[in-house]
Amino acid sequence: MSNKLRKLVDKIKPNFQPGGKLEKLHSVFDGFETFLFVPNTTASKKGAHIRDAIDSKRTMIVVVMALLPALLFGMYNVGYQHYLAIGQDAGFWSTFVYGLLAVLPIIIVSYGVGLGIEFIAAQIRGSEIHEGFLVTGMLIPMIVPVDTPLWMIAIATAFAVIFAKEVFGGTGMNIFNVALVTRAFLFFAYPSHMSGNTVWVRTGTTFGLGGGTPVDSYTGATVLGELATASSDNIQVVDVVGNPIGFWDGFLGLIPGSIGETSTLAILLGAALILFTGVASWKVMLSVFTGGALMAFVFNSFGPDTAVAHFPWYNHLVYGGFAFGAVFMATDPVTSARTELGKWIFGFMIGAFAIIIRVLNPGYPEGMMLAILFMNIFAPLIDYYVVNANIKKRLKRATKKA
Amino acid sequence: MSKLMSAKTKEILLGPLAKNNPITVQVLGICSALAVTAKLEPALVMGISVTIIVAFSNVIISLLRNTIPNRIRIIVQLVVVAALVTIVSEFLKAFAYDVSVQLSVYIGLIITNCILMGRLEAFAMSNGPWESFIDGLGNGFGYAWILVVVAFFRELLGSGTLFGYQVVPQALYDAGYSNNGLMILPPMALILVACIIWVHRAKDKELQE
Repeated sequence: MSNKLRKLVDKIKPNFQPGGKLEKLHSVFDGFETFLFVPNTTASKKGAHIRDAIDSKRTMIVVVMALLPALLFGMYNVGYQHYLAIGQDAGFWSTFVYGLLAVLPIIIVSYGVGLGIEFIAAQIRGSEIHEGFLVTGMLIPMIVPVDTPLWMIAIATAFAVIFAKEVFGGTGMNIFNVALVTRAFLFFAYPSHMSGNTVWVRTGTTFGLGGGTPVDSYTGATVLGELATASSDNIQVVDVVGNPIGFWDGFLGLIPGSIGETSTLAILLGAALILFTGVASWKVMLSVFTGGALMAFVFNSFGPDTAVAHFPWYNHLVYGGFAFGAVFMATDPVTSARTELGKWIFGFMIGAFAIIIRVLNPGYPEGMMLAILFMNIFAPLIDYYVVNANIKKRLKRATKKA
Repeated sequence: MSKLMSAKTKEILLGPLAKNNPITVQVLGICSALAVTAKLEPALVMGISVTIIVAFSNVIISLLRNTIPNRIRIIVQLVVVAALVTIVSEFLKAFAYDVSVQLSVYIGLIITNCILMGRLEAFAMSNGPWESFIDGLGNGFGYAWILVVVAFFRELLGSGTLFGYQVVPQALYDAGYSNNGLMILPPMALILVACIIWVHRAKDKELQE
């Protein structure tokens, strides 16, 4: 199978090389070829490089595979929330298919727009196509509410790819996490489609499937949304039809929320894969959870008398986008701190800031996006000070002996 | 007339519109460009006000330039600018009250606009009144047209209106279109100014570093 593919690629290759018919599309061809096959060299010929079969396209594919559990669960959950809201029991497969059909258009739009811009940018620059969008394109559908209109996703993706990535020089040069810029754009440009009680659960039909009137006790708010608008300082959080839920419901993830963020369990499965393969840094991940837990614990003990401050610290970690951000967003090797000590500081601050925003700013029930974007700015500064502190320390040691 | 519009004065007038634009090339006056460009009307009024103030303060300082002691020149410049800003501000309050409310403090803050002090220091202190007047007009227009372009996109995409009139048809909203709230927020003005700079530099090779 792969042999035949290799032969086919080799056969059409001359068309794209200088002098060939389709010379202008060489970067597109190159992008597909290196996507299908590991190129013969993944490091430049000069200099001391470690040479192995892994290049950034392979790394990206590992991350995409790690996203799959959360994505598949998210699809099921979209269907589950729908049938729960309209009070029907549809069985596993129709529930999943409903979610699949709801999520698939978002994935197609995200990849279509993003890769389209990448290809055009590569053509203009005459460089090879950057692979960074493989992951970004999968992250974007997972961090938006299911009812986000497709044209908004298209605009936001285009904005993020152009202004957060291409203007900085493409993959690997961006300061901000591109997927989060997409979400931030949606959040500030179309707030009514990104927050509130009506966007998290689809109650209408999807390609003719499902659809119905929500049951009387229906409420579409997320748990963090309920907390942010709570009138008393101690409330029982509920699911979309009013049943009380707790830590394990949040951990399993059959709750309303952005498509891929709800299930901490599925996210941890992905985390295991990217940690095992060494793609992501366990230091960042662990310190985000530590920072969040500690900060939430501080608010539990000394915080203001609001429902969200009284929300138990362990619940903060499994509700909303906290786990998803910690595992897939904060660990982005391009935008996180690179020094080892810097990773601890970077992660810890993300966790702490996310909880601070959640608790102290009722306008933003979820703080993870803003916390990560905020720390993205500081990552180079953290690295700078870590490196300088090290230089100073070693200088001191060297001059003392002399 | 030929003396009034020689090649040099023409350059003084037209240079700031593009090649030497105060906002896109010198990157001055950005603060007010972010603050007043959410709607076209205040942006236009702001542009005109700044043009008038730069032009006339340039003339006054140019006339006084030989009598101003060097050590207190900034204070003299400030007094002149402050007087003109107050006149414009009072004028707007009297004849265009709604706009002056929208512009709020930003008319008063023209006094701190870097374009003004920049032109007074760099040009009016060492040139005659006619050239200084032309220079003020040129820089004012250069500032104004950027503001108007930015405000055009921000109002059109952010509110669906132009000069307050509905431009985006209701049918589009019914079809699911929404105004872009980010356009109303100042960061988007910065990005739009950046886009203008981008286009400008792509076209004018001289500006590329």
